[in-house]
Formats: sequence, structure tokens, C-alpha cells
Amino acid sequence: MSSLLKTFVNGAAVPLGEIPDYPLNDFLQGMIDESGRGWRVLSYFSVREQETLLLFAIMGSETKQLIGAMQSRLTGALPSISRYLPQVHLFEREIAENYGVTVEDHPWFKPVRYIRPRSGSADAWGRAADEPILPCVTDFYRVNGEEIHEVAVGPVHAGIIEPGHFRFQCHGEIVFHLEIALGYQHRGIEELVTGGNPAAAMHRMETIAGDTTIGHGQAYCMALEGLGGTAASSRGNSLRAIALELERLANHTGDLGALAGDVGYLPTMSYCGRIRGDFLNMTAVICGSRFGRGIVRPGGTAFDLQPKQIAELQRRLDAAASDLKNAVELLWQSSSVIARCDGPGSVTPEDATELGLVGVAARASGLQRDVRSGFPFGAYQKTPWQPQTDSHGDVYARAMVRWLEAQQSIDFIAAELDRLPAGNCLTPVAQPRPEMLAVALIEGWRGEICHTVITDSTGNLTACKIVDPSFHNWTGLALALRGEQISDFPLCNKSFNLSYCGFDL
Amino acid sequence: MTAVNTIIHLLLAITLPPLLLGVINRTKAVFAGRCGAPLLQPYYDIIRLWRKGSVFSPVTSWIFKAAPVITMATTAVAALLMPLGNHPAPLAFNGDMLLFAYLFALSRFFTVAAALDTGSCFEGLGGPREAAYSCLAEPALFFSFIVLARISSSFSLSGMLNDFPLTVWFGSGAALLLMVGALFIILLAENCRIPFDDPNTHLELTMVHEVMVLDHSGAGFAAIMYAAALKLFLLGSLFVHITVPFRSGNFLLDWLAFVAAMLLLAVVIGMVESTMARLKLTRIPQLLIAASILAAFAMLLVLRQPS
Repeated sequence: MSSLLKTFVNGAAVPLGEIPDYPLNDFLQGMIDESGRGWRVLSYFSVREQETLLLFAIMGSETKQLIGAMQSRLTGALPSISRYLPQVHLFEREIAENYGVTVEDHPWFKPVRYIRPRSGSADAWGRAADEPILPCVTDFYRVNGEEIHEVAVGPVHAGIIEPGHFRFQCHGEIVFHLEIALGYQHRGIEELVTGGNPAAAMHRMETIAGDTTIGHGQAYCMALEGLGGTAASSRGNSLRAIALELERLANHTGDLGALAGDVGYLPTMSYCGRIRGDFLNMTAVICGSRFGRGIVRPGGTAFDLQPKQIAELQRRLDAAASDLKNAVELLWQSSSVIARCDGPGSVTPEDATELGLVGVAARASGLQRDVRSGFPFGAYQKTPWQPQTDSHGDVYARAMVRWLEAQQSIDFIAAELDRLPAGNCLTPVAQPRPEMLAVALIEGWRGEICHTVITDSTGNLTACKIVDPSFHNWTGLALALRGEQISDFPLCNKSFNLSYCGFDL
Repeated sequence: MTAVNTIIHLLLAITLPPLLLGVINRTKAVFAGRCGAPLLQPYYDIIRLWRKGSVFSPVTSWIFKAAPVITMATTAVAALLMPLGNHPAPLAFNGDMLLFAYLFALSRFFTVAAALDTGSCFEGLGGPREAAYSCLAEPALFFSFIVLARISSSFSLSGMLNDFPLTVWFGSGAALLLMVGALFIILLAENCRIPFDDPNTHLELTMVHEVMVLDHSGAGFAAIMYAAALKLFLLGSLFVHITVPFRSGNFLLDWLAFVAAMLLLAVVIGMVESTMARLKLTRIPQLLIAASILAAFAMLLVLRQPS
């Protein structure tokens, strides 16, 4: 059967005119049909074009190693397909919130970020323009009954974490339902990028999620390079991959330490806290910023490595790698830690597939979802990548996947440092071509980052759709808590460690 | 001599307890490769809190304000019943171990009531947890008291624990070993230490004891912290009397040995906390029941011995 989608590879651009334009019902049925043929939704959004709304579905298939796109036009209400394709439920709510579209038959039709619709759009919930919209002030799912009690956590938390609101419906210690409400950190990045100064856009992209500076920066650069039709230099690609893996190492190390802390196992917590700093400092060796600000630029990287720095990085990598091994093996050797992490927060492979989970959470449930292997980009095209998976889907599995990936990243960085291609780290990038759509996928440390950019007839950016892995995965956390002990929530939450600002944009 | 011992007893009971917390924290820091807070940090914390003003939620009643006072008072009275360093307690009478156990129960009742008084959903979770776990811990404590009463033929804490001869270990070693295991579990559980509770965590949903006192502040909170340290000290003293049945006859040496044993116990608790993770909340009852069973077997063993 021929595909309904216009297909292309990760990082490429296609002319808008070549993207098949279907009537709305065929378009929606097409998404459901394609999902049955091994495709899943990477991004689903709408763009205003005068009076009509253009709907774009960006889908991807790991087995085909291809990205596919199709479009449709929306004039009235949008029929919901969440009941058939649960992975789009937040995308539909997002379209409704941004453009005032009523989504018919949505199982849980609520705002996503509690923001006003974009200019020129009505409000999907009929709220007046002067009516204040308070974040997360809304009706939550309620379980009734005398023995049910409700626990509300956040948005102000006891630790130094981001704001988010969690509403539990509990029966004693058992969680019947968890609803997560976010939106406190909405900054309007997507609109700022298309409407503002292009030079500032790069800096905004690096702030989508502060812990994924390199991931989001790289996704945006790859999309721009796709629009221009010029690839980054191969040395730049290698340096980007090194930076991306260093970001992964720092965060995975931090997460393993934080998980140890949450179960009250102090040695690993303290050691990993320090070793995370070692990896951050290695990023600073490359670009002067511990979080990799300014390192990735369209065309490659803004910073090159001198032989002296390469030797320094190799030395530090070896030291940090052996420290990390000691610290984490301490964790696995402690039976009480294993007993604590084994079981809670389990997500079945079926649920993970239905919800469209990505990244560590998906791989911990046994799904082979990794952009580095499924949609190879940059330096990852040189050698096949083996995704690290586990089959349990619980806290232990997510911790184990992090540890396996950390080891893999260390080996990869060591190999890349040895075989850095010669040449410039930065090549000039052509101006974006007009009327194009480019999709860039990056495997950030949390998972798949998807940036879609569209240009108008003059080559200016008219739309930029950012999907942080957290957008897919927050629902996974809510589901993981069903029937679990409420006392296990902090541990489950940490094992997902999702971004609030990456979701809020 | 009795007067001097009573004064030393009171001085130690008043001044020493926070040091145990300091030693535990320092031990944990060393295991984690950190320098750690000063040994006297718990004292600084209590003094700082004592000087601060208190904030009371308008939805709370007198119970909330009374709870810290009652906790402090009951623990202080319990301190008069527990013999320290092989010297009789200032207060001793037949059946005082019942008062000792239920003074803590009274304090717990008011802590739980105050937690429910706030109407906070977090504290509403912590209260029932504490109440349920303490019910499960109680049998172990009482079985242990029966063992001690049988061995010493005394119904007072001072009589049971003073002059606890080393030879008992030769005669009823198996029973004592079981009881010591049970008491150590109770010591950790009653004082909210890992693996039962994590005194350092900031995650309200996982807390047992700590979450019940979240709304207390200022002097009231200082009283709660101090009472918690004193409780650790008293139950620790019970444990130390049995595990270190050392008596020189020199009263000063006995006191020094007692202080050293208490500090050593704090180090051991710190080591336990450093080398193991917390239990899943659903596993806590299992371990507490195991402690009760250990103590029950100890009781069976000593009851069938000819006295």
C-alpha cells in the first residue's frame, strides 16, 4: 500500500507544495491508518493562513528511518481522534488552545498551558478577552466517594524544582488517578522565534529547557540547515555529537544520583552530584559554558577543539568514567536499593506505544525508540547505534537504561575524540529557501526533540513547532502512578525527570 | 551519691540528645565523602528555632498549639523513668515501663491529632501512617519488657536494666539476641530513621513522622525536635544497657562508658543509614511484625527457662 505521507529523511526540507493536502476526514483517517503501519506522531500542529487553519501531521517510522508529512485545512471544529490514537490527545488540546478550535468528542477537553489564544483567534472555551486566565485553575478529574481523598501537590515544591501541579485521587495510600497541570512557565517561545529577530531565535532555542540547551539548539540548527539545503561540516557534526553526549552524561549522572537520594541511599547521591559537575565542566572546556550555551550554531559549532583540549577532555573523561562506574555499581550492589526501585511506576510496552512515549521512558518499557538509531543524524550516521532498552518499565528499568546509556555515551565520546574529522567546525549556511517545511529530530537526553519549521514565500520563518520529549511523556508518568502507592510518586517522578519549561514553552 | 547521680542523669538527659543526631549526621557525611555539618549543628538549630516567632494557621485549634508542649513534657517525664549508665533512674516504681511506653503513645496521639488539625492533605497522610506503624511496633516493645522482667524478676525499668549482668548473656543468649534484634528495629522505626523514614528527605509524600510536623514553627518546632532527639536518646539507652552490660563499680567510669556507648550507637545508626536505602512503605509493616515475632520468640525462650 502506498503511503499517504510525503516522506523524507531526518533534517531534510520539502517544498510545502509537495506535501499532500487531504480533506479533513481523510487526513484524520490517514493518521489513524498510518499509525497502524508502523508510523507514529512526532508532531501535530496547525498554522494560521488568513481565515483557514492549516493542519500538519508529522509522523515518523524507525523501521523505515523516514519522516512523513501531510496537511489538511480546517475551517470549523476539529473532530478528535484521541480515542483511536491516544498519542495525539495533547496535540489536539494544544491546537484548540492556540487557535480557538473546538475539538469535538475529545475525552478530556481542557487547556494545555492555560494561555490566551494566538492573535486573531477566538477562545475555544469562550472566555472573554479581559477574563483572567489563572494557570491550572480549572476542574480536575474527581473520584467521588466517602473514602476517597484528594491530595494536591505544587506548584510550589519543597525541593528546588520547577513549578507544576499534581492532583491525586487516592484511596488510602493507593492512587486511583493522577492529573498533572502545567503551564506556569509559558514564555511563548514559538511565537517569539517566528515573529522576532532571527539572531535572537538561536538564543531563545537554547533556553527552551535549560538542561537540554545542546539538544534543542542542535534541533533548531539542523532545521535551519535543512531549510537552506546545506549540511553542517563533518567536524562540526562530530563536535555536536560530543556535546550532546556530554549533556546526556551530565543529566543521566545527576538523575542516578537524585534517584539514590530519593530512596535515601546517600553515597551514590553525593558522588553522582560531584561527577555530574565533572561532565558539565567538560562541556565548559569546549565552549566556556557548563550548560553548552553558544556551542551549536547553524553550520556546525562555534567552537573548535585544539589538540591540547582534546587531550584534556580524554583525561577528564577517563577519570569521570571510572568514578561514575564506582558510584553507580555501589547502587546496583545494594539490595535495599534494588528492592526499593523494583516495581513501582511500571508502564507496559502497550501503554508506552499507545501514548507515544519517547526517550528513556520508552526504552525502559522495551520500545526500540532512539533517534540516533531510528533517524540517524550528523555523526551518528557513521556507525549504527544500538538503543539501550529494558523490559520492566519501572523505576529500576529507567535507572538501568540511564546507566547503560551513560556507558555508551562515554565510549562514543572517547571514539569521536580519536577520530575527529579534519576541516572547519563551521561552514556557511545558505539562506532558508521559500515555502519549505523542515523537520529535525534529535535524541536529547530525555528523548526525542522535534523541531518543525516552515518558511513563507520570502524565506522568512512563519511557523516553528517545538516538541520537547516531556510533551509526550508527562501522560506516561500520570499513567505509571495508577494503582501505585502515593508514597512512590516522588521516586517515579524522578525516574521520568521530565521538563516543565520544555513542556510549557 | 544518689543525689550526684541524679544530677548527672538530668544533665545528660538535657544536654546529650542532640549530640547523637550530630554524630549520626557526621557519620553519614563521612560515608558519602562529605565534610558534613558541625557536630553541634542540632543544638544550633534548636536554639535558632527557639528564638524565632511562631506562625499558626487560622484553621488550627488549641490542639495544634498544645501538641509540641505535650510532646516535650511526656518525653521529659519518660527521661526520668529510664535508667542511664547503670545508675537507677530518678523515678522508679513497679510497672513504670508501662508508663514509659504510654507516655510516648500520649505524645504520639497529640502529634497525630495536631497533624489532622491542620487539615493539610500531606499531614492527613502522615498521621495514619504513624498511627498504624506504632501499633505494629508496640508488641515488640512489650514482649521485650516481659523478657527483661522475667530475667531480672523486676517490674521497673531501673530494676530490669541496672546491674544487667554479663552472665545473663551466657544463660539466655539466644533469647537476648532475638530481643536485641527486635529492639534495634524498634529503635530505628520509633525514631524515624532509615530504612523506615528518611529524616533528611524533602519529599512530603514519602514522609512518615516529618510530614506531621511540617506546619509547626519556632519554639514549638524546637520542642518537637528536641523531644525527638531525647526519644532517640532514651530508647538508645534501653538498647545500650542490654548490649553493653558493662559495670566497673566506679561511678564516674560507668558514666563515661555509658556516654561512649551511646555515641557508638549513634555511629552504628549512621552506618546503617549510609549503607541502605529506605523501604517501600508497604514493606514497613512486614519488618515491624518481624520485630514483634523476634521479641515473641525471645519471650517464649525465657518463659520456659526455670527461673
